[in-house]
Amino acid sequence: MIRSKIVRLISLASVVVMANLGGLGRTTVAAPARAGTTLSLVAYSTPQQAYGQLIPAFQATAAGKDVSFHESFGASGSQSQLVAQGLPADVVEFSLEPDMGRLVNAGIVSANWYKNAYHGFVTDSAVVFGVRPGNPKHIHTWADLIRAGVSVLTPNPFTSGGARWNVMAAYGAMIKQHKTRAQALAYLRQLFRHVAVQDDSARHELQTFDAGKGDVMLAYENDMITAKASGEKLDWIMPPQTILIENPLAWTLSSKSPNQARAFVKWLWSPAAQQIWGQNGYWPVVPSVRKHFSFTRPKTTLFTIRDFGTWTKVQKTFFDPATGLMVDIEKTAGSAAP
Amino acid sequence: MSALAPALPLPASAGRIGRRSMIRVTVMGYLSIAVLLPLAAIVWKSSGAGVAGLQQAVTSPETVSALELTTLASVAVALVNAVTGTLIAWVLVRDTFPGKALLNSVIDLPFALPTIVAGLTLLTLYGPLSPFGVDAAYTRWAVVLALLFVTLPFVVRAVQPVLHELDPEMEEAAAALGAGKSTTFRRVILPNILPAMLSGAVLGFARSMGEFGSIVLISGNIPYRTEVASVRIFGLIQSDDVVGAAAVSVVLLVISLLALLLVTGIERRTRRYER
Repeated sequence: MIRSKIVRLISLASVVVMANLGGLGRTTVAAPARAGTTLSLVAYSTPQQAYGQLIPAFQATAAGKDVSFHESFGASGSQSQLVAQGLPADVVEFSLEPDMGRLVNAGIVSANWYKNAYHGFVTDSAVVFGVRPGNPKHIHTWADLIRAGVSVLTPNPFTSGGARWNVMAAYGAMIKQHKTRAQALAYLRQLFRHVAVQDDSARHELQTFDAGKGDVMLAYENDMITAKASGEKLDWIMPPQTILIENPLAWTLSSKSPNQARAFVKWLWSPAAQQIWGQNGYWPVVPSVRKHFSFTRPKTTLFTIRDFGTWTKVQKTFFDPATGLMVDIEKTAGSAAP
Repeated sequence: MSALAPALPLPASAGRIGRRSMIRVTVMGYLSIAVLLPLAAIVWKSSGAGVAGLQQAVTSPETVSALELTTLASVAVALVNAVTGTLIAWVLVRDTFPGKALLNSVIDLPFALPTIVAGLTLLTLYGPLSPFGVDAAYTRWAVVLALLFVTLPFVVRAVQPVLHELDPEMEEAAAALGAGKSTTFRRVILPNILPAMLSGAVLGFARSMGEFGSIVLISGNIPYRTEVASVRIFGLIQSDDVVGAAAVSVVLLVISLLALLLVTGIERRTRRYER
């Protein structure tokens, strides 16, 4: 795990360096698109393994024949900020939509990026409960998380954009059980009193759980599938109510190889690519492929972020670092006994 | 000879001045690119919100709590380092034992290790699954522990050469004059190594104020309890509050700068006293 982290850091650094060198070497004369295009893919951390299979599959198609890739994986928010600050990228994929919105505001991604049959989301997943093997604490519902003696892990929603899915899953689960807004917020407050560790990212959360801390971790189902497949000792429980995680994908307006970038992005929605996504633990968004997989569905309700307005509105209401509802909830959580 | 003597040094010293000013320009240029410009950029960025915005960013309760914890832990670490670092330096200089050369090389390893690896290692050793049954993870002690690990070399490496150069005749003279071991240490050795102890400790302090990698895994990052300033800054950046992040960074820089100035002042004073 340490090694993969180091390798990832080094590859990110080399991507940055190489991408910059590429920029310097480019002349003002627009070279015609010809053999040997290189696309720079900047994405959040979890789909790294999937891209390891997706890219060779794309290169085996006619459109991807002469395309090579620079890949960069990291925390969704950090990756988005890097691209906004000028890290060259042809294709971007993030954990959540606001990271795409940042690039729309910066003029790097088209405001119409989401206008396709899948609203711009290339994969889906859901927030689940990661538990110890055999679920010794009998965690099945959201109410179980706030039982006495249950210790919960979730990354800090202010450092990890991805952890905002967890918060909205918990909040939404209450709303879907016909609780009032005040009751749902009271639940969040109680829940965060049970949170023993707030790692800065989902990746570190998994390491903390692996190090023996916590009875339950709020996590993405695809992460749990990948972790278990790579030998981590854990199980996961699909809560009765949970949120649909949707991961946005787009090509950039700043791409020097827009045709290839667009071809790759479109191919990622093809049945062949969606099959690979599914094999890597993501719910395919293409229905004809989705039905080949038997992912567990939440028993009662699967809701989306749109049930609470747009992500932009949710960010402002819950996660604004000065005025967000979570600021106060974190305060009571921190002053509660450990 | 008397006619030549004043003539010769002149062009030589002129050349030296030319070379010296060239070196000075190079040093200033290098410092500007490597240190001053980045620092100025942080300060400039933090001014983006205006005085009111800055004040708000720096006085938010969560930030204040993180700054308090960071400063307290860094002070504690500096104090502990001053004592343990000096002891280690003492053993390395004055003692001979098998494996001393190896130990001497191992001291610097905390600098070489990526801090995130240090954090992960500490978590494995002193976390919930500790093979020694010591679970300090996710507490404020964990913060101190991680900082002690990454700042260990500072005092050792500052005190070691001074101890090495210390003339044993001074101690022999003190002993001959009837001073006991503790008096000799207090009156002869300590005044000589104190500046080095202080500068090592304050370097460790400054490093602790900004440390991120080794802490982020082992502290648990619970706001108001175990969240340190660098993690708070990271959170502000991730929440697109870059100006607030820069403002908190400036506070860290100012505290570190004050500590460095304080030690420089003490050093200058002891040196003047010696003369």
